[in-house]
Amino acid sequence: MSLDTATVRRVASLARIRVEEDELPRLQSELNGILGWIEQLQAVNTDGVEPMAGGGTQALRLREDRVTDGGIQQQVLANAPDAGPEGAAVFFSVPKVVE
Amino acid sequence: MTAPTDFTIAEARTALAKRELSATELTQAHLLTIEALNPRLNAYITVTPEVALQQAKAADAALAKGEAGPLTGIPLAIKDLFCTAGTRTTAASKILGNFVPPYESTVTANLLRDGAVFLGKANLDEFAMGSSNATSAFGGVENPWKRTGDDTVLVPGGSSGGSAAAVAARLALGATATDTGGSIRQPAAFCGIAGIKPTYGRVSRFGTVAFASSLDQAGPMARTVEDCAILLGSMAGFDPKDSTSAQMAVPDFAAACARGVKGLRIGIPKEYRVPGMPAEIEALWQQGIAMLKDAGAEPVEISLPHTQYALPTYYIVAPAEASSNLARYDGVRFGLREEGSDLKDLYERTRRAGFGDEVRRRILIGTYVLSAGYYDAYYLKAQKVRALIKRDFDEAWGKVDAILAPATPSAAFGQGEMQDDPVAMYLIDVFTVTANLAGIPGLTVPTGLDSKGLPLGLQILGKPFDEETVFAVGSALERAANFTATPSVRAAA
Repeated sequence: MSLDTATVRRVASLARIRVEEDELPRLQSELNGILGWIEQLQAVNTDGVEPMAGGGTQALRLREDRVTDGGIQQQVLANAPDAGPEGAAVFFSVPKVVE
Repeated sequence: MTAPTDFTIAEARTALAKRELSATELTQAHLLTIEALNPRLNAYITVTPEVALQQAKAADAALAKGEAGPLTGIPLAIKDLFCTAGTRTTAASKILGNFVPPYESTVTANLLRDGAVFLGKANLDEFAMGSSNATSAFGGVENPWKRTGDDTVLVPGGSSGGSAAAVAARLALGATATDTGGSIRQPAAFCGIAGIKPTYGRVSRFGTVAFASSLDQAGPMARTVEDCAILLGSMAGFDPKDSTSAQMAVPDFAAACARGVKGLRIGIPKEYRVPGMPAEIEALWQQGIAMLKDAGAEPVEISLPHTQYALPTYYIVAPAEASSNLARYDGVRFGLREEGSDLKDLYERTRRAGFGDEVRRRILIGTYVLSAGYYDAYYLKAQKVRALIKRDFDEAWGKVDAILAPATPSAAFGQGEMQDDPVAMYLIDVFTVTANLAGIPGLTVPTGLDSKGLPLGLQILGKPFDEETVFAVGSALERAANFTATPSVRAAA
């Protein structure tokens, strides 16, 4: 499987990463280099093998459904990009999304 | 008397307990070394002298009252991937360049509970993605070791390159690090120090910037195996804030170092003899086998048949998880923001400006292998091969108690070498990546020098949650190898 320019552009859009037109050829060749190398996995017989999803063998723990945190609005907003020098943000702002 | 910066952690604890020097003096000696050498080595992204001296003062007060903890007054470097409340945490990325966490990671909280002193935040590859520390947005790190008669700047390895260089050059007594595909064990080998990636679940991931969540595991680096055991004893333990944290007691790792290896069966995996491996690495491995045999262990040849597929498996699983984890960096709630014409444009410009080349490459690979139509061919396939790699180890544990293998296929290389071909760089992790995929512990021990005077390490792999045997074997190897060489760039003794 080899990626064409249109696919690289589509994947970048899915990943929400801006790619300039002049960056596309190099990126395309790097990604194809990596994918070509990964291709060797197709040679492994994995019939009937259960996929391994996590890093450990222990079952994930359930916890009690109760509030354990909160009332920390200042801390949550402290790193907001538009917090200003006083850290005075009271909400997160984004460009207008409703016309 | 030993210079304070040359102490092992075990020695420093004794000296502090006997009041031969104060925690403040020990911290100041390290801060002076950092001031002298960090501008050159770039091992720390952020140095925190005020925080360190305050913690040292508290340590002296605790020592005076006879209330010292296991790490009271021990100065450490903290990889800049662990959130530290009130101290900038960057992950070596522009996108987190101004991020000041309002909370503490569990690992650093545990170390503070036990009295440690934090000298600063150590450099790394951006988001821990790299094997040479070259992808850091804050510049590369210089390996304190030099080839004999040659001043070429060498890389410290990665991703925990700053941690490794800081410990090797005496800019800290020990360091925290993380290992997703070899990021503790490979830089430890390149810098002539010890480092352990524990079993997945042994150390909490809470508050550690995530790269690939099913592979990431934090661990210590230090100049001796025993020091690693002391640090891991503090870092490890059950944490309700990490759903994959193991509900298991933390054994006395330091005590396990003295156990010896009499009667232990040590697996020698034949598939780790890879094509093109330098004769020096093979010779080092044979020496290691002989050393453990002399100490009473029995070498047993084993087979791990899926070893050759570990790296391509890793380069599907890790980027897939990274593309998901790094989706949170959107320029809205924290970190860098680049304004855009609409919300999607803001996301795209922010992520283009904030992530470096390697991180963007991995996000794109991850997005592709998870995308509709390719998920089964790549991601599901990789998860199945991962299961086979783990099964290889499970079968080996029926025959052996631990495994001995090289840590890296070469010694440290020059800055600028290997940077043009992403796949060539990926191959450096050939011996380390299997432990992450299988979730097992792995310890690097400095074992010898190559013909150019650079350190080489061997690696001990163990059964899940059997770090004790790994430490026992590592200590036996350390005693036999008697590695006393020191890097040419380090604190003046």
